[in-house]
Amino acid sequence: MADTMQFDLVAPERNLMSVPVREVRLPGEDGDLSAMPGHAPAIVNLRPGLVTVIDAQGAEAQFAISGGFAEINNDSVSLLAEIGRKREDMTQAVFDEMMRAAQRKKKSAEAKEEAHGAAGVVAAAVKLLADMEALGTHIGLDPNSSTVPD
Amino acid sequence: MPSLKDLKNRINSVKSTRKITKAMQMVAAAKLRRAEEAAKAARPYADRMNAVMAGLATKAAGSDSAPRLLAGTGDDKRQLLVVLTSERGLAGGFNSTIVRLARQEADRLRGQGKDVTILTVGKKGREQLKREYGNLFVHHVDMADVKQVAYENAREIADEVLERFETGNFDVATLFYNRFESVISQVPTARQIIPAVIEEGEAAEGVSAEYDYEPGEEVILQDLLPRAVATQIFTALLENAASEQGARMTAMDNATRNAGDMIDRLTTEYNRSRQAAITKELIEIISGAEAL
Repeated sequence: MADTMQFDLVAPERNLMSVPVREVRLPGEDGDLSAMPGHAPAIVNLRPGLVTVIDAQGAEAQFAISGGFAEINNDSVSLLAEIGRKREDMTQAVFDEMMRAAQRKKKSAEAKEEAHGAAGVVAAAVKLLADMEALGTHIGLDPNSSTVPD
Repeated sequence: MPSLKDLKNRINSVKSTRKITKAMQMVAAAKLRRAEEAAKAARPYADRMNAVMAGLATKAAGSDSAPRLLAGTGDDKRQLLVVLTSERGLAGGFNSTIVRLARQEADRLRGQGKDVTILTVGKKGREQLKREYGNLFVHHVDMADVKQVAYENAREIADEVLERFETGNFDVATLFYNRFESVISQVPTARQIIPAVIEEGEAAEGVSAEYDYEPGEEVILQDLLPRAVATQIFTALLENAASEQGARMTAMDNATRNAGDMIDRLTTEYNRSRQAAITKELIEIISGAEAL
């Protein structure tokens, strides 16, 4: 079996990255997981977090994503993320923007629950926000610097 | 018969018009290239999204617990038409063709006794639909400040549409836009986005691999469907942007050529008039000399 597989990081606007890799570590919704060549086909929901990519030479690269999903095949991993950034490019400003999006989502979810009692929506949004905060703290950015827009 | 001075003025004014249309054509060509590239770059995401969606949807379609975004509300009485047009004119038939298709559809649906509401994106479509269908408008998205269509724009429209769906404002949503075929051909297209329509080819491709779904099929589908709506709107916006520039380029090319023809015609007329004036003067001089 080949010891590398194709990794694609795809954003709606363009392909961010397309390289052969040895291993990909993904922040799955139910817990982190690692995909290596020969992995059983799977489709995994991702929470906001860091994706670690280890290439054929063993060099690591990290990406921050705002959630999305990954399609894992025997010899390829495709990651579809609405926002994906190299960890080095994650600035406070970018992170603030992502935080604001999550906060907006929570607000609208709360409004929705009040209006017609759609339970679960708020819980999901709260979890998203918590995941975002965890991601920020993890990479050394302040999750509280952005304010909730009204 | 216009005087020589008038003709000269007209020729000059048509010449400056030609300069403007020529410039607009070149700007449109440059923008078209960029829009085409953007549309091409966005394809992998949309393709993957559709393939995964198709695989999941065919599985979930049979079950009773299929999400409403996929299964629909079980009714098609209330229809939402999402009409995507441009913010600027001078693009040939670009906006009119979309509006015409939307109008036909609106009339057809209303003829069947359905309730039609319209959400417009872009100023031009709104203007054209306003007189007849103004009372059906539910929302308008302004794209005047958007230079290059971003996914963010599509998501805002999608959020607006989904919000209305969840609060039970409509049963079926259809998207109207111009599909970009080539520079000279843009096809006005209607595409149903809610409930989701799975195309045959995609479905066959999607189910070819047996996937493990984590956390679960339903959860992923629940998460995926709103994103698929946003992705479809994004694709439509990009196609529309390319079509707009293509249509403008063709229209401006025609305008430039027409201006050229007109200049030729006016120049011929100008020369004839000038010659006639000279001849007349000569005759006057000669007959004056003969009379002496």
